[in-house]
Amino acid sequence: MRALDMAWRLLRREWRHGELLVLLLSLSVAIASQSGVGFLVDRVSRAIDLQASEVLAADMRIESAGALSAESEFEAQRLGLRTAHLTTLLSAVFRNDANQLANIRAVSDGYPLRGTLTVSTTPFTPGSKSVGIPAPGEAWADSRLAAALGASVGDTLMIGARDLRLTQILISRPDQGSGFVDFAATVLINEADLASTQLVQPTSRLTRALLLSGERAQLQAFRSWHASQPPNRERVRDVSDDSPQIGSAARRAGRFLAIAGLVAVLLCAVAVAMSARTYVQRHLDTVALMKTLGATRALLATISVIQLLALALLATLLGCTAGWLTQEWLVHVLQNVLQTNLPPPGFGTLFASVAVAVTMLMGFALPSLLQLMRTPALRVLRRDVQPPPIGLLLAALPAVLALGLVVITTLDDWQLSQWFFLSLCGALLALAVVGTGLVRMASLLRKGGARQWRYGIASLARRRMESVAQIVAFGLAFMLLLVLASLRRDLVEDWRRLLPSDPPNYFFVNIPTSDKDEFYDRLVALGARVERMLPMVRGRLVRINDEAVDAVRSADVGVREGREAAPAATGMRATGWGRGGSGRGLAEREQNLTWSFELGDDNRIVEGRWWTAADAGKPLVSLATEFQQRLGLKLGDRLTFAVGGETVVATVASFREVKWDSFRPNFFIVFPPGLLDGAAGTYMTSAAFTPRTGSDLAQLVQRFPSISVFNVGDLLAQVRAILDKAVSAVQSVFLFTLLAGVTVLLAAVQSSRDERRHETAVMRVLGAARRTMVQNVLVEFGALGLLAGVLSASGAAFSSYYLARILDVQYRFNMVAWVGGVMLSTVVVALAGWLAMRTVLDQPPRTALG
Amino acid sequence: MSRDIVLRTEKLTREVSSPEGPLTIVRDVNLEVESRASVAIVGPSGAGKSTLLALLAGLDLPTSGKVWLAGSDLTLLDEDGRARLRAERVGFVFQSFQLIQSLTAIENVMLPLELAGRKDATERSQSMLERVGLGSRVGHYPRQLSGGEQQRVAMARALVAEPAVLFADEPTGNLDSITGGRIVDLLFELNTHSATTLVLVTHDTALASRCERVLRMSNGTLLDGGG
Repeated sequence: MRALDMAWRLLRREWRHGELLVLLLSLSVAIASQSGVGFLVDRVSRAIDLQASEVLAADMRIESAGALSAESEFEAQRLGLRTAHLTTLLSAVFRNDANQLANIRAVSDGYPLRGTLTVSTTPFTPGSKSVGIPAPGEAWADSRLAAALGASVGDTLMIGARDLRLTQILISRPDQGSGFVDFAATVLINEADLASTQLVQPTSRLTRALLLSGERAQLQAFRSWHASQPPNRERVRDVSDDSPQIGSAARRAGRFLAIAGLVAVLLCAVAVAMSARTYVQRHLDTVALMKTLGATRALLATISVIQLLALALLATLLGCTAGWLTQEWLVHVLQNVLQTNLPPPGFGTLFASVAVAVTMLMGFALPSLLQLMRTPALRVLRRDVQPPPIGLLLAALPAVLALGLVVITTLDDWQLSQWFFLSLCGALLALAVVGTGLVRMASLLRKGGARQWRYGIASLARRRMESVAQIVAFGLAFMLLLVLASLRRDLVEDWRRLLPSDPPNYFFVNIPTSDKDEFYDRLVALGARVERMLPMVRGRLVRINDEAVDAVRSADVGVREGREAAPAATGMRATGWGRGGSGRGLAEREQNLTWSFELGDDNRIVEGRWWTAADAGKPLVSLATEFQQRLGLKLGDRLTFAVGGETVVATVASFREVKWDSFRPNFFIVFPPGLLDGAAGTYMTSAAFTPRTGSDLAQLVQRFPSISVFNVGDLLAQVRAILDKAVSAVQSVFLFTLLAGVTVLLAAVQSSRDERRHETAVMRVLGAARRTMVQNVLVEFGALGLLAGVLSASGAAFSSYYLARILDVQYRFNMVAWVGGVMLSTVVVALAGWLAMRTVLDQPPRTALG
Repeated sequence: MSRDIVLRTEKLTREVSSPEGPLTIVRDVNLEVESRASVAIVGPSGAGKSTLLALLAGLDLPTSGKVWLAGSDLTLLDEDGRARLRAERVGFVFQSFQLIQSLTAIENVMLPLELAGRKDATERSQSMLERVGLGSRVGHYPRQLSGGEQQRVAMARALVAEPAVLFADEPTGNLDSITGGRIVDLLFELNTHSATTLVLVTHDTALASRCERVLRMSNGTLLDGGG
């Protein structure tokens, strides 16, 4: 109680004197940048999630081949999630004598929970957004079904035992692009009509889905609850399961934003550490005096911790308010770029900011405080007496713990966290070791050169520990910023490269071999830019080495049994791809297989080797890494496929990382040409194509009736919207981290201000001109900036290389950026030093010496 | 130990390490100071006066030997124990005043009372500052006071808790002779009034001569014995 009372009184007195203002200011700015990034990242990533969720028409889906458990729905409602139902099955749809196999989708009110339906009265037209779903007794057929049946709005369609009136043409639905599994045409009906179709029989192959949407925390709670349930036939899917294109884009954006946020936090930590050092330096005499007057270490420690906590809370309050206001302003400014209303910032971010700020303060300020407590009382008589250095463990442990905690909670990715944490520790160590070496080397240079140079370098060499600490602080700040800058550039370039201005927007599958060339010519004649055309045969994986795939399956409890009756895979992906053992699903059903000599630039061999012409006809196979991971395969495994009654045994020769977001034909399983050529197959391709009217497509469908056409334009628009958001977010978040960097700089320069006050006064008394003093400061800080710049630019190049690999971005070393980084560091640190020292230089010597 | 002896040392020695090997700053000092006495320790710079003062006040620990302050063996107490003893029995006046710049005059004086948990800190400090002639300047910060005024605040702080022993390290070292003289007058007046034992370190012979005992120190040794 006494400690609290004293802490409060001392804090109040120091505050009144302005002693704490600098520390509070630097902490507040640091926290402002950290929370600003946090708020923005939270809002943008939630916006991205929302956008991404549209491909599921929900945030999450619970699917089952049989009935859905009542508990799932009950739990979802208990958690306050919004729900809707979707039942999918394949059946023929009749209009008079015409019939067509179609995907019947029975939906309940509320569908889609995310995204919107677009409808029209004419097939293959742009349409308009629809509110609601088909009323009971109505059906909305998609363009392809309507065209195939020759149906128009007002006609009657027969689905199973039920007649339904066609009231709208379904132009698009948010979940159509997800899997390309729906080879069949689609018709949307009301859930209430499903029973009367009499299509739902015990033997029917149908999928029931419970669609969920809500806040992240609610969804996470639901996922955890679901995982704790006994294994059943239900499977949870979210966007990362369902759409690899959007999943990977959103994941990379999310990771970048998390890293950017973390960088701001780390910069904040450096600023805190530097500010704490200044605080300690300024309080050495006070602590020695208080000890002399009878204060115990426990009392002093309690007072300091209470003061620091109070300061942390105040700084957090001010910082978070400033951070919130700044991001609001930024969002306002970026409104046109973001082209959407971002969801409001969540309170979670506020709490996270407080937690991060306090953790950082404790982790990075505590060691300095512990050292302060050890100041000998003898200092009151001998000012040269310093507190004994605290052990390395005590000095580093709180920081390491705080760092680990923040890295793990911010990144939420164990592998990335490990990498980040280790690299950070490595970078700190390297900066300290190399920094010490460089300062020693610099001290050798003080002998010659101009007077300003000698004094500047002498100052650097004399304050050796101080200089090394500043090099580490500047170096780390610059390194983090350079890594982020380089990553941002690579990420944005990578996305722009992936999504050229005119990406393929149509997929064509089931192209008969005999029609291949003519179809290609027709497409080109219509002005389409046609991508590679790949052969495609259906096959099923039956054995892995000597083990039957059935045996593999039986070991896997809770596997979803057959999701949709539609054929298995497309050029872009196969069904059943997802989390938690669903890889077995890959092996459950037929896959699309292809063969090619060409390895597209959207494919990268990560293990093994791609084939050459000499491998033609050899029993080899190349697999996408998703397939490898889900089935736990390795190079050299023998896979047996049943292809059209034949058995093909092939050895795994390579694994490929496929960029699914390239929107080009891609396959999980690729053979060398010459092995499957005999199998009766078809071709598939994608094309960038703007039909002049719906009739272009209708003519194409009429001329090649067996070819299926898929418009991925909507999916593409979704991905583009996500990427655009991500790019703008990345740019604006980067602004914030820059601000945090400036804070570090000021805190670091501030830390040596007090020491220089006296020294500068002595020099002035001895007749040094102000101009000379300014030159000394510029030389000293310029040299510091140069040393920090060389270290940070090199470290950044090294780190970016590895980080780019983790983020799946192509790294390009940029010499201009390296040199630019070094020069920028030199100039910025020299200027910051001059700015911070300006008041010291202007101060009359009498004040400092008095 | 006699009831009248408030400060006693026995073969007090302090060594420090230096590049040339161990250096003895205080050597085998035996000293006894009676309660309410005033003792000056004089000697040239580097004689070890301030180190001896630090050892006597428990600010530093001897390499060997013993110190008893107000009946407690300082060498048996840990840092916090020595701090508590200082809070109860010791006052300090320093050459460089050692006022906390962020606290006003009265707040500086209140500090030892607040550390001791005294409720009447404000009133006592106000009264003490009036006694040293600074009753009208209680709200001033150290930088707003002259050197002599600052030292008066320091003396008020040293004596406000009525210590058994007042240690003073060159109390006039930073002051001109007139101001120094006034400070010395005040110091002895307060000392007499509050019946405190005064141990001061100085190279000012005029100041030393006002003490009941003068101990000369050279090369770490007391020349004329401390008994």
